[in-house]
Amino acid sequence: MAYLQKSPWIIHYDASSCNGCDIEILACLTPMYDVERFGIINTGNPKHADIFVVTGSVNEQNKYVIKNIYDQMPDPKVVVAIGVCATSGGVFRECYNVSGGVDMVIPVDVYVPGCAARPESIIDGIVKALGILEEKRTAAVMGVSREQPVPAAATEKPAGGV
Amino acid sequence: MISFFPALIFVLLAPLIGGLLSGIDRKVTAHMQGRVGPSIFQPFYDVGKLFEKENAEVNGTQRFYVISYFIFAVFTGALFFAGGDLLLVVFALTLAEVFLVLGAYAAYSPYSHVGAERELLQVMAYEPIMILSAVGIYMVTGSFAVSEILKYPMLLVVLLPGIFLGFLYALTIKLRKSPFDISTSHHAHQEIVKGVTTEFSGPNLGLIEVTHWYELVFLLGFVFLFFAANWILGIIAVIIVFLLELFIDNTNARVKWQLAVKSTWAITLVVAIVNLVVLAYVVVV
Repeated sequence: MAYLQKSPWIIHYDASSCNGCDIEILACLTPMYDVERFGIINTGNPKHADIFVVTGSVNEQNKYVIKNIYDQMPDPKVVVAIGVCATSGGVFRECYNVSGGVDMVIPVDVYVPGCAARPESIIDGIVKALGILEEKRTAAVMGVSREQPVPAAATEKPAGGV
Repeated sequence: MISFFPALIFVLLAPLIGGLLSGIDRKVTAHMQGRVGPSIFQPFYDVGKLFEKENAEVNGTQRFYVISYFIFAVFTGALFFAGGDLLLVVFALTLAEVFLVLGAYAAYSPYSHVGAERELLQVMAYEPIMILSAVGIYMVTGSFAVSEILKYPMLLVVLLPGIFLGFLYALTIKLRKSPFDISTSHHAHQEIVKGVTTEFSGPNLGLIEVTHWYELVFLLGFVFLFFAANWILGIIAVIIVFLLELFIDNTNARVKWQLAVKSTWAITLVVAIVNLVVLAYVVVV
């Protein structure tokens, strides 16, 4: 049974975001969008979470934090990068302290671009992530070790990046 | 007299009823907040999901504590519904709780430890009124056996209004509802992450969730005991108490542990002790 899709718990981490995307994520929890009706809960605890939602570009200070949170999450898990900064570094891409998007540190499954990403597209991204989550679960049950495809963005490193 | 059939019914049906009740809880809570809310079967989906997740444990002893917590909570409820000794029921519940606390202490994590300490404070807060409830019921009915108490012809709540009020106050702690959701809460990320259950994940957390359902059914059964003479009234009372807890949960902010302990003891001391003293006087005269 695919209970995973019916009860996705998320953990939200703000990696040097301007707070724009964070506000939009929290807007998803308000009565207006009410993502809890799909069973989505913002847990704030990596050990309870299924979906890792990251906003903002990754910098030299917090890449270890992101890796740490990701490693603490039990499988199967997916990562959703929210906002253009999380997908590629955005306008901060060339900054001396910015490594780039989240995929520089951990494998990302869904990219939700936008500045700031709208709640509708965030929900859409989470729904896409649910499909991938289910794929990962069936792969794990079948005993197939699913290779994480390395996103293209991870290979083309910006000058001055890691 | 211990009868095994009700105990068996409890063991089999309590997860279903408890899960549905927590589903209704989430639905009603959502409506109170102007949201649509999840399906009432959402708690079952959650637990199903948790059992599908990777079994990650922080160390070898954690699972032992979780299973012990589950077994003793089920034992508590089964003994209660079998008509067993009410005092033993109260202490078995405490033992179950202690295993949960030990499980939280087993992990080397500050959030888990803070949660465990707060859980102990909560046990300290509600334990007197739980014991006094058993004592009060004994003073009226002359028996600690639930099967004998059920045969008492009068509504216990008429003779034990103070005890009942104190029990309701402690029930908010036991059900982990605001304002007393100090040891674990979905709304305290910045404070204690998830408190006592922070370090549990996957199937272990699922088992804790199921144990909470057993506890919920047992506690509502305890509420029913106060109205046992008239079972229709009893069921209505249980429903009202449950909705009242949801209302309290949604209209209160979390308090500090100091206030939780002090206020629970104050309520216990005033209403429950006065109730017992009056009862003792009436019985003597």
